[in-house]
Amino acid sequence: MEELFSEIKPALTQDEALAEANRCLSCFDAPCTRACPTHIDVPAFIKKIATGNLRGSAKTIFDANVLGASCARVCPTEVLCEGACVMHDLHARPIQIGQLQRHSTDWAMAHAMLPFTKGTRRRGKVAIIGAGPAGLACAAGLEQRGIDAVIFEAEKEGGLNTTGVADYKMTAGFSRREVAFLKQSGLTIKSGVRVGKDISLSDLERDFDAIFIGVGLGRVGKLGIAGDTLPGVVDAIDFIAALKQSHQTPVGKKVVVIGGGNTSIDAVTQALALGAEEVTLTYRRKLEEMPAYEHEVELAKKFGARFEFSLLPIRIIGEGKVQAIEFSRDDKVVRIDCDMVILATGQKPHLPFFESLPNVRIERGSVVVNEKMQTTNPKYFSGGDCVSGGKEVVNGVADGKLAAQSIAIWIEGKHG
Amino acid sequence: MADLSINFCGIRSPNPFWLASAPPTNTGDQVMRAFDAGWGGAVWKTLGDPIVNVSSRYASVDFGSVRMMGLNNIELITDRPLDVNLREIAEVKKRYPKQVVIASLMVESKREAWHQIVKQAEGAGADGLELNFGCPHGMSERGMGAAVGQVPEYACQITEWVKQVARTPVIVKLTPNITDITYPARAAKKGGADAVSLINTINSIMSIDLDSFSPRPDVAGHSAHGGYCGPAVKPIALNMLAQVAKDAQVAIPISGIGGISNWRDAVEFILLGASTVQVCTAVMHYGFRIVEDMVEGLSNYLDEKKIASVSELCGRALPRVSSWENLDLNYKIVAAVDEQKCIGCGLCYVACNDGAHQAIGARAKNGRTEVEILEDKCVGCNLCSLVCPVDGCISMKQIDAGRPPLTWKEYQRNPNAHTHLAHK
Ligand SMILES: Cc1cc2nc3c(=O)[nH]c(=O)nc-3n(C[C@H](O)[C@H](O)[C@H](O)COP(=O)(O)OP(=O)(O)OC[C@H]3O[C@@H](n4cnc5c(N)ncnc54)[C@H](O)[C@@H]3O)c2cc1C
Ligand SMILES: Cc1cc2nc3c(=O)[nH]c(=O)nc-3n(C[C@H](O)[C@H](O)[C@H](O)COP(=O)(O)O)c2cc1C
Ligand code: SF4
Repeated sequence: MEELFSEIKPALTQDEALAEANRCLSCFDAPCTRACPTHIDVPAFIKKIATGNLRGSAKTIFDANVLGASCARVCPTEVLCEGACVMHDLHARPIQIGQLQRHSTDWAMAHAMLPFTKGTRRRGKVAIIGAGPAGLACAAGLEQRGIDAVIFEAEKEGGLNTTGVADYKMTAGFSRREVAFLKQSGLTIKSGVRVGKDISLSDLERDFDAIFIGVGLGRVGKLGIAGDTLPGVVDAIDFIAALKQSHQTPVGKKVVVIGGGNTSIDAVTQALALGAEEVTLTYRRKLEEMPAYEHEVELAKKFGARFEFSLLPIRIIGEGKVQAIEFSRDDKVVRIDCDMVILATGQKPHLPFFESLPNVRIERGSVVVNEKMQTTNPKYFSGGDCVSGGKEVVNGVADGKLAAQSIAIWIEGKHG
Repeated sequence: MADLSINFCGIRSPNPFWLASAPPTNTGDQVMRAFDAGWGGAVWKTLGDPIVNVSSRYASVDFGSVRMMGLNNIELITDRPLDVNLREIAEVKKRYPKQVVIASLMVESKREAWHQIVKQAEGAGADGLELNFGCPHGMSERGMGAAVGQVPEYACQITEWVKQVARTPVIVKLTPNITDITYPARAAKKGGADAVSLINTINSIMSIDLDSFSPRPDVAGHSAHGGYCGPAVKPIALNMLAQVAKDAQVAIPISGIGGISNWRDAVEFILLGASTVQVCTAVMHYGFRIVEDMVEGLSNYLDEKKIASVSELCGRALPRVSSWENLDLNYKIVAAVDEQKCIGCGLCYVACNDGAHQAIGARAKNGRTEVEILEDKCVGCNLCSLVCPVDGCISMKQIDAGRPPLTWKEYQRNPNAHTHLAHK
């Protein structure tokens, strides 16, 4: 079962990378580049692989996306760059852009290349709350422009890259290596510091010119039905975070996962990988309405997951621990026996924290920003999942990058 | 970071990458966009008396799924008015003083005509002149282009005329459509040229339409021979470059042209004696943007090799371009197959068995072809390693021939002492 944890796709060999790179047509104003939220110049970095200029290739990637190494592994390329590849129209396999990106960024990490260089110092100091993809990208963008950035992180450096993304895409160890790689270029992270508890917002306001909120989303939380506090009922985020730390994490024999998103799919595949005998994904609507990507659903089926649709949870049954769960479907009660229930009905926003933000408008649980990623309080900028309500790593990076640009301009204007 | 700047017979260029005189340098707008992308210089599309072009001008050779391995054209020199080109040259030089603009010139073989165009080009601010003695079609039928380049006396004469009035360096662009390229190169030198550039395009008929019987590019059912260029011509250009670079009677700087698509190609030209390189087809295929990888790739290569400046590379491979009679007849290599990598396609077997020296054994195993090199029969020709579709699967390994190096020259002097060669 351990192999279900190791990264599924092996890295391309040198020969494979060359052959694949030479297949690229080098489109102009390429659809893949447009499809990438960080707009990596894909044909350029691929052409550089073909000419053996790996250093230049990695530079092209990092110039657009400092988290190019993790994105190469975790991006849903099927719906982003590779989904846009013109090869589809030729009825040919799309270029394996993610794998090629991994080829170059792996080379860079193995050759101690720096992902970015700090710019000559300018006036300004920015506090970044959260060391997830959005916070890291924002800090890197500011440091590149010569502005000091200090990241405060309450839990794990790397955010969900370290605690959330399924291991078969990227291990926690790799995420930590990537953060270390970014630190070599000069990122400052204060770990174990929860803003609002260990340090106050007013302290940050006093010491910093601007503040970037990159806190992402919180836990899934309870369903609010009977029995949802029974032992054996776990939060998907906690479950995945725990198993990413240790593959000895306890798992039930018969597991029910509630929810139809990508997190739910990850919980399913990871529970199977840990050794669960039967894992059922239940969703309240129909298959076609599942927010999870089609390719992820297919993968979960390959892992051996069962799917049940139109099931609304009504109560969890058990004495001292979970024994079954009851749903309603078309006014009928459906019961599934199980010894573990994983709740994956969507991450909840950090509401109490949001309420403490001065004059920052929050709508439907998300921080409101303008096209410059600036909130309604001009000193506060934001990006990533806490703005989008939950997208991908690469969207967090794109937001952080854009916010860094806006913050630099804003600070420049303030200091005159 | 390595120094990529070049001093080419007095012309300073930020890097060795220039656009060749061709459609990418048709207009000031294009040249400025090219400079923005990072090109160090541009040789303007050849200036001269107004011409008229045909419609349908290019044809190409595709190889497998790769397009435009070779390109051919029947285009003439610029079809834009001279004064417009001159005005744009002046504008480009004003806005881009650090980048190089060379005016490519071709007029009828009259002294006054050449004197006039030289003065006009220099008046517009060109950093140097390139005399187009190479265009193989259309212009040559009118006694210009290759018609000059193919007769060393004419080439020398016109170069002399140009040098009488030129204040900037004069580069003579050579045609490959000649038996020995060193003759026009020497003539250019004799006429006073400061540098030569090579190659222009090669005479060619690209293909015939099997239904209409018209050659391509098709102009109303007919065509004419055109000039061939692109990746396919690189080996020809490299050979001619080495011939000129090694010729002690030429001994002037060279701008290398012909099939250069990326920094690796450029390094090869530089190693064989080119100081700058010029590119046309690769830009016509992919646009000006390719220069980014060229500059970066060259710079990273020099850094990795710990070479401080690109000019230190110039001509470094020339001493290794030898003649056959000086090669070591006792150097012996044989093919070696990596069984782990072999995919059992049998291509090496059939190539050696039918097309070389019957030195590969084959047998069916698990539905595939398993091969074995018969070392005593292998002559070390490389063919199997060339046809093998898997990189690094067939390598050529050196074996000790047990005899000291021996060249053909030495062998001829004393054949009896080396009778083993006769047995081979
Ligand atoms: C299970 C799961 C699987 C996923 N799989 C993929 C995938 O395969 N591919 C993909 O592209 N995306 C995936 N995602 C989505 C992706 O992880 C997120 O979109 C991305 O991490 C968002 O980045 P972020 O920086 O906005 O937030 P986060 O990554 O959530 O980082 C926020 C950080 O802020 C910290 N923080 C919060 N509050 C405070 C505070 N008050 N003080 C200090 N620090 C604080 C948190 O501890 C956290 O480290 C997945 C998400 C989940 C939940
Ligand atoms: C369409 C076309 C037009 C050209 N016109 C000229 C020209 O006007 N003057 C000239 O000196 N060479 C001309 N050339 C030749 C190129 O400058 C260059 O020498 C040749 O294409 C080889 O380089 P390449 O393999 O990089 O294309 C032309 C080439 C092409 C393809
Ligand atoms: S490239 Fe196509 S569109 Fe452009 S001039 Fe030539 S034939 Fe016309």
